[in-house]
Amino acid sequence: MERYHTDLLVIGAGLSGERIAVEAAEAGFDVICLSIVPARRSHSSAAQGGMQAALGNCAMGEGDCPDVHFEDTVKGSDWGCDQEVARMFVEAAPIEMRRLAHWGVPWNRVVPGKSCYFKGGELFEKYEKEEKAGLITARSFGGTAKWRTCYTSDGTGHAVMCTMDNRCAQLGIRVLDRKEAIALLHDGERALGAIVRCLRTGALEVFLARATAVCTGGFGRLYRATTNAIICDGAGAAMLLDTGRVPIGNPEAIQFHPTGIVPTDILVTEGCRGDGGTLLDVDEYRFMPDYEPAKAELASRDVVSRRMIEHMRKGKGVPSPYGEHLWLDIRHLGDAHISTKLREVDEICKHFLGIDPRASLIPVRPTQHYTMAGIRTDKTGAAYGLAGLFSAGEAACWDLHGFNRLGGNSLAETVVAGGIIGRHIVEYLQGTPAPTFPMALVEAEVARQQARIQDLISGRLGRENVFTLRGMMQDALMEGCFVFRNDAGLRACIARLQEVLERTSRLGLRSSGLGANPELAAALKLPGQVRLALCIAAAALARTESRGSHNREDYPERNDRDWLKRTLAYWDEGASLPRLAYEEATAVFELPPGDRGYGGGKIIPADPAHIAAKTRRPHSAC
Amino acid sequence: MSRTLTFHIFRYNPQDPASQPHLQDFSLEETANMTLFIALNRLREEQDPGLMFDFCCRAGICGSCGMVVNGRPRLACQTKTKDLPHEITLLPLPVFKLIGDLCVDTGSWFREMYTRTESWIHTNTPFDPTKEEARMDNAVAEAIYEMERCIECGCCIAACSTARMRPDFLGAAGLARIARFALDPRDERTDRDYFELIGNDFGVFGCMGLLACEDVCPKNLPLQNQLGFLRRKMGITAIKQLFRKD
Ligand SMILES: Cc1cc2nc3c(=O)[nH]c(=O)nc-3n(C[C@H](O)[C@H](O)[C@H](O)COP(=O)(O)OP(=O)(O)OC[C@H]3O[C@@H](n4cnc5c(N)ncnc54)[C@H](O)[C@@H]3O)c2cc1C
Ligand code: SF4
Ligand code: SF4
Ligand code: FES
Repeated sequence: MERYHTDLLVIGAGLSGERIAVEAAEAGFDVICLSIVPARRSHSSAAQGGMQAALGNCAMGEGDCPDVHFEDTVKGSDWGCDQEVARMFVEAAPIEMRRLAHWGVPWNRVVPGKSCYFKGGELFEKYEKEEKAGLITARSFGGTAKWRTCYTSDGTGHAVMCTMDNRCAQLGIRVLDRKEAIALLHDGERALGAIVRCLRTGALEVFLARATAVCTGGFGRLYRATTNAIICDGAGAAMLLDTGRVPIGNPEAIQFHPTGIVPTDILVTEGCRGDGGTLLDVDEYRFMPDYEPAKAELASRDVVSRRMIEHMRKGKGVPSPYGEHLWLDIRHLGDAHISTKLREVDEICKHFLGIDPRASLIPVRPTQHYTMAGIRTDKTGAAYGLAGLFSAGEAACWDLHGFNRLGGNSLAETVVAGGIIGRHIVEYLQGTPAPTFPMALVEAEVARQQARIQDLISGRLGRENVFTLRGMMQDALMEGCFVFRNDAGLRACIARLQEVLERTSRLGLRSSGLGANPELAAALKLPGQVRLALCIAAAALARTESRGSHNREDYPERNDRDWLKRTLAYWDEGASLPRLAYEEATAVFELPPGDRGYGGGKIIPADPAHIAAKTRRPHSAC
Repeated sequence: MSRTLTFHIFRYNPQDPASQPHLQDFSLEETANMTLFIALNRLREEQDPGLMFDFCCRAGICGSCGMVVNGRPRLACQTKTKDLPHEITLLPLPVFKLIGDLCVDTGSWFREMYTRTESWIHTNTPFDPTKEEARMDNAVAEAIYEMERCIECGCCIAACSTARMRPDFLGAAGLARIARFALDPRDERTDRDYFELIGNDFGVFGCMGLLACEDVCPKNLPLQNQLGFLRRKMGITAIKQLFRKD
């Protein structure tokens, strides 16, 4: 069996993983990065919008500073985030954008003079200053007071991913693709590396490391409809949950987006509605004004998603072989607008639907989009529960986003957190002697994984079909734990997931399982995925309030009195439900809980004395 | 209205001693808006769970799903079945090492390319976190991005007759990478440095200029222009080398 030794094992070679790797390699440590796909194909490359950082170079970003970014982030999170983390993030973000520029990212730059932009379907003018010419510019994104989103054309994630991976190549970091971690190695106190299945040969390999960082991305694929890539499957987070020591933070905090296309759930931008697109039902009737007379299609993501589901529940969805959907209508925006301002949408329609949005309706439905939920870490990125274990990026709950992340903050988080946490990992490596690797324990874990594989191939335990069970899990979450949540729906969802979990103990392959067999890969990760799904549903049932993207129909208020706290979901061995614990959302308030100014909803206030006691620094806008 | 599609799919699992390379037939009812992503996943889930193929973003962004569809290298995820005849032949990309069925090892090929082209900014200026970023003209940034759009799908390599003949040829994607850095004012490499890397038969002088690469590039990279640009640049550098005294 192949065995690798390294100082730092980074599981995941998306932006967060590679950013950490770079930091450790620059400090002279040996690093190995693992990825299911070649690094640049990681899901980070799919982010088109951009990264938020308060550089304040462009005209519409004038007067921006970390304080304003901080306020937007905390409000966006519906006061669910850790405010110390948010502060660190907003301060470091501008420097990180400049560092990326130094490494090679071709950020779009300020072009002085007059230009036009669209807002709510109307045309406006702006003037860029001569003295800012050539500095990093920014665009607008939802939920922000200023234009703060740094971008490279329509491919920010792709461009930054290229630069980061180039930097890894330059530093000689071993970035190994088609390597899938299937179990964490640990002795109950400290992480020791991972057991990995090679997706070229199917062989198991052992990676031993002084420190391990898990940067495996989000887990949208637990849901049937998601904008996420195929590999955002949650297996990395589930692998840590399976240790019984590491909790998932706020598993119920999942973000949805109103307009993924059907069948493939590829995201079409909010810009469509912003510029005047409308939503139609099976009768081609525009229904949003009936629900939201004031804002109609321009209501927030959460609200539009909820109204769409509500309308489909009334039997107004359009049936299709891929399930029900609604229509997005941008026909009336006309050719000139669609070919320029909505070019991406035009291309998606052409490539993936084969339709012309000037003449045809676009099939859309709400879909899962982002997991604020993740491996719970402290401010330094150290995972709760095991020493030598770290996590960053969408896989982690660091917790910058609380119950709702702002567009542009997650891609920025990957590199900013990667840099900060990378430096803490360097300190850890410098200050901690190498462990002696207990080889008997490693061998036992390898044997356990090999036995699982043998059982799946032989069908000794049963012949349950992995794709059927995975579909049941995805449907259970779609039906009971999606945009709308309520007591009865969540209980039914949990019952179904428990049934699926029980049946996963009898999984058996129908194919040979040899080599890079995809059925085996799916079967190895499914039980962990179902446990993760159960964490989401159980935490959603327990949280009897609505906050950010967690919407309880039976508890519509945001309840700061009882729920200004973070869920920690642990999985004890042999359990059929997670064990839920709680901690305070933030140790310190810079910005005490208040109204977000959008999204509406009633608030049950927290005890003012309690908040006052924890408020550290009166927040001052710059 | 609905068609029955017949797929002829290349099958071979090098890790299975019993496996022989062959084409296997599958049939599938076509549904509305079906792409090869949907079709192949249905074949895997409903007919043969061992069928190997690669998708990741399924949105034409990541470059995972290059394969030869009815004779032409393309991204499977953005290929709609309604644009194809009812008989569909799917083969793995040539040139790259086969992993199994439709999966090939583009990852190793491209990582080696990064090393050979030294695919990173060469600069002696250290990063200073206290300073404003160096300014850049937006048009320059956009020109760099234009070349950076390559998603490393490998289609141009698979379509290139030079690459099929000589495994060490850098291919259009590799040469485009050099062009990307040659455009970038942050990179301090000179024409001579680039000449060292690509002024030979596995670089620009290996290219026969027939431009199969540009035809198949799903991102429509201006490969023709860039190859011409490099050939001129390297041609001039070659002449200079001849007259060099040192
Ligand atoms: C369509 C879309 C558009 C978006 N646009 C924006 C945007 O404009 N702005 C913004 O801020 N955010 C955006 N986001 C969110 C943002 O892109 C992600 O949150 C971010 O890129 C995640 O980066 P990451 O490094 O954490 O993970 P990823 O980039 O997902 O990388 C995960 C890595 O882990 C590896 N991996 C996973 N499991 C394993 C395993 N078991 N073993 C080994 N390796 C493993 C993968 O191969 C991959 O290398 C968007 C998201 C989507 C879905
Ligand atoms: S033009 Fe050059 S790189 Fe392109 S296909 Fe022909 S030989 Fe290959
Ligand atoms: S140049 Fe085009 S065809 Fe070649 S790898 Fe890049 S994107 Fe693919
Ligand atoms: S799956 Fe990403 S390009 Fe096709």
